[in-house]
Amino acid sequence: MARAVSTRRKAGYTIAAWIIGLAIFFPILWTIVTSFKTEAEAISSPPSFMFFQWTTENYSTVMERSNYFRHFWNSVVISLGSTVLGLIIAIPAAWSMAFVPAKHTKNVLMWMLSTKMLPPVGVLIPIYLIFRDVGLLDTKTGLVIVLTLINLPIIVWMLYTYFKEIPGEILEASRMDGASLRDEIIYVLTPMAVPGIASTLLLNVILAWNEAFWTLNLTAAKAAPLTAFIASYSSPEGLFYAKLSAASTMAIAPILILGWFSQKQLVRGLTFGAVK
Amino acid sequence: MGRITLDKVTKKFGDVEVIPPLDLTINDGEFVVFVGPSGCGKSTLLRLIAGLEDVTDGEIRIDGKPATDLPPAKRGLAMVFQSYALYPHMSVRKNIAFPMKMAGMPEDEQKRRIENAARALNLTDYLDRRPGQLSGGQRQRVAIGRAIVREPAAFLFDEPLSNLDAALRVGMRMEISELHKKLDTTMIYVTHDQVEAMTMADKIVVLRAGNIEQVGSPLELYRNPRNTFVAGFIGSPKMNLIEGAEAKKHDAATIGVRPEHIDVSASEGAWKGRIGVAEHLGSDTFFHVHDTGLAETLTIRAGGEVDLHHGDTVFLTPQADKIHRFDGQGLRIS
Repeated sequence: MARAVSTRRKAGYTIAAWIIGLAIFFPILWTIVTSFKTEAEAISSPPSFMFFQWTTENYSTVMERSNYFRHFWNSVVISLGSTVLGLIIAIPAAWSMAFVPAKHTKNVLMWMLSTKMLPPVGVLIPIYLIFRDVGLLDTKTGLVIVLTLINLPIIVWMLYTYFKEIPGEILEASRMDGASLRDEIIYVLTPMAVPGIASTLLLNVILAWNEAFWTLNLTAAKAAPLTAFIASYSSPEGLFYAKLSAASTMAIAPILILGWFSQKQLVRGLTFGAVK
Repeated sequence: MGRITLDKVTKKFGDVEVIPPLDLTINDGEFVVFVGPSGCGKSTLLRLIAGLEDVTDGEIRIDGKPATDLPPAKRGLAMVFQSYALYPHMSVRKNIAFPMKMAGMPEDEQKRRIENAARALNLTDYLDRRPGQLSGGQRQRVAIGRAIVREPAAFLFDEPLSNLDAALRVGMRMEISELHKKLDTTMIYVTHDQVEAMTMADKIVVLRAGNIEQVGSPLELYRNPRNTFVAGFIGSPKMNLIEGAEAKKHDAATIGVRPEHIDVSASEGAWKGRIGVAEHLGSDTFFHVHDTGLAETLTIRAGGEVDLHHGDTVFLTPQADKIHRFDGQGLRIS
């Protein structure tokens, strides 16, 4: 329903929205700006925002000192790998919960979600010990497995919500048309759920990319993704804000760009079913 | 071939028995309509035959072979759904091809059948469109096309016309009837609309609460309803059911007279009443008559135009040989 909103009020809302938006974005902006300062400038007080000697020196130092591309590649493999593996497990799981629910399906869904409420540090030691014994410490495989398990509840929940929107009659029609369960999922359900699956994929790539607890604790050098790359600039030789900022900027840039280009898809996916 | 036999088929959802043990034979090439009020189990019965629901007890045979435990795909039946259930991400051509693709039919045979079906259903110009770009009637034809290319043993229709507007419904009704005459394949058709049942069926199965109330040809059901439920359900407008003293005169607990079997006059007749609503359609005139002392309202159908209006006093005379008599249990007395 259209409501009469005065121009002044509209302007007020617009300004408020910009302020909130900028406040949320500020830390990232500050990191990016700091990455172009010298170390001395970075810790100067009061800090300068725009008027300082811009330099890209930090970037070259960071690139020299550590292997950005290896970390980048590890991040790509871990985030994509865990998301794809998660989808392969979650699509059939969500199918069965959405279309052939049993008495306790809702409880299973709630239970899955409840695992997300457990502080991860609570299972760090058992997982660490298991990984050590089976030789998964500091391997990409190990991280893919852990991140898949961590994000699986979210993937199942999201897909379950999308699948619920798909009319069951269409799947029944495919059964009448001679489709096996595999055909039904591959040729009918999955293509129809593409928008939902795409946004699930995007969101989980982002979550896995940003995941820092497990990636830091279960890796040392070989499988370390970009989160470890940032962390490596934070402690050993004292704090170097400018270099740390440069490393952070390089770590978040790929996902920021991905998020920027896919924001429409993400929003559509996350509000799927909520608005018709 | 498409002879379908149900032998003591039972369906329970949890503890609720929606289909009590039920026997029914559908002969090859027959057009059978399941009709009944909503919730009577007609769709469930169709889904049991399709294999989309599991039978709790009893046996389903298709062409003499047991089919109770076969998955839907193996039963050789095709179904047209109320919502059409087309695959929205596929073109019309791919929708129609889907069952053949699943059956692994050679490409050139698929192509030939798609073209034949498209020609028969006036879909040739729309083959490359998506279902979302079609009208309701066209979508329904695509759904039928998808069913006929499989050359199934029988077609199952689940209220296929209820999403269409009235004019389109009449047209599609005739198209489906013509299709049946052309293909000569068994068709089972579910509807709550008794007009569809009367106009299309070779055999009508009237259902109530999962029970078969009567099976017969449309005119058999019209002429000789087995009980008051069938009497009230088949025929439009509904049969007038009269209880009490008037019924006693005919040695019955209830008598039924169809609106078209009551003569109306402004001067004389057996029953006297006052017209409530008069519907003048030109071809027919319907009167809803009150204050007869027999039933709250009697519905009368007079042919052509009759110059009687709201508030007029009328005299009604039932045609003696068209009075149906029912006993205390509502069963027909012959």
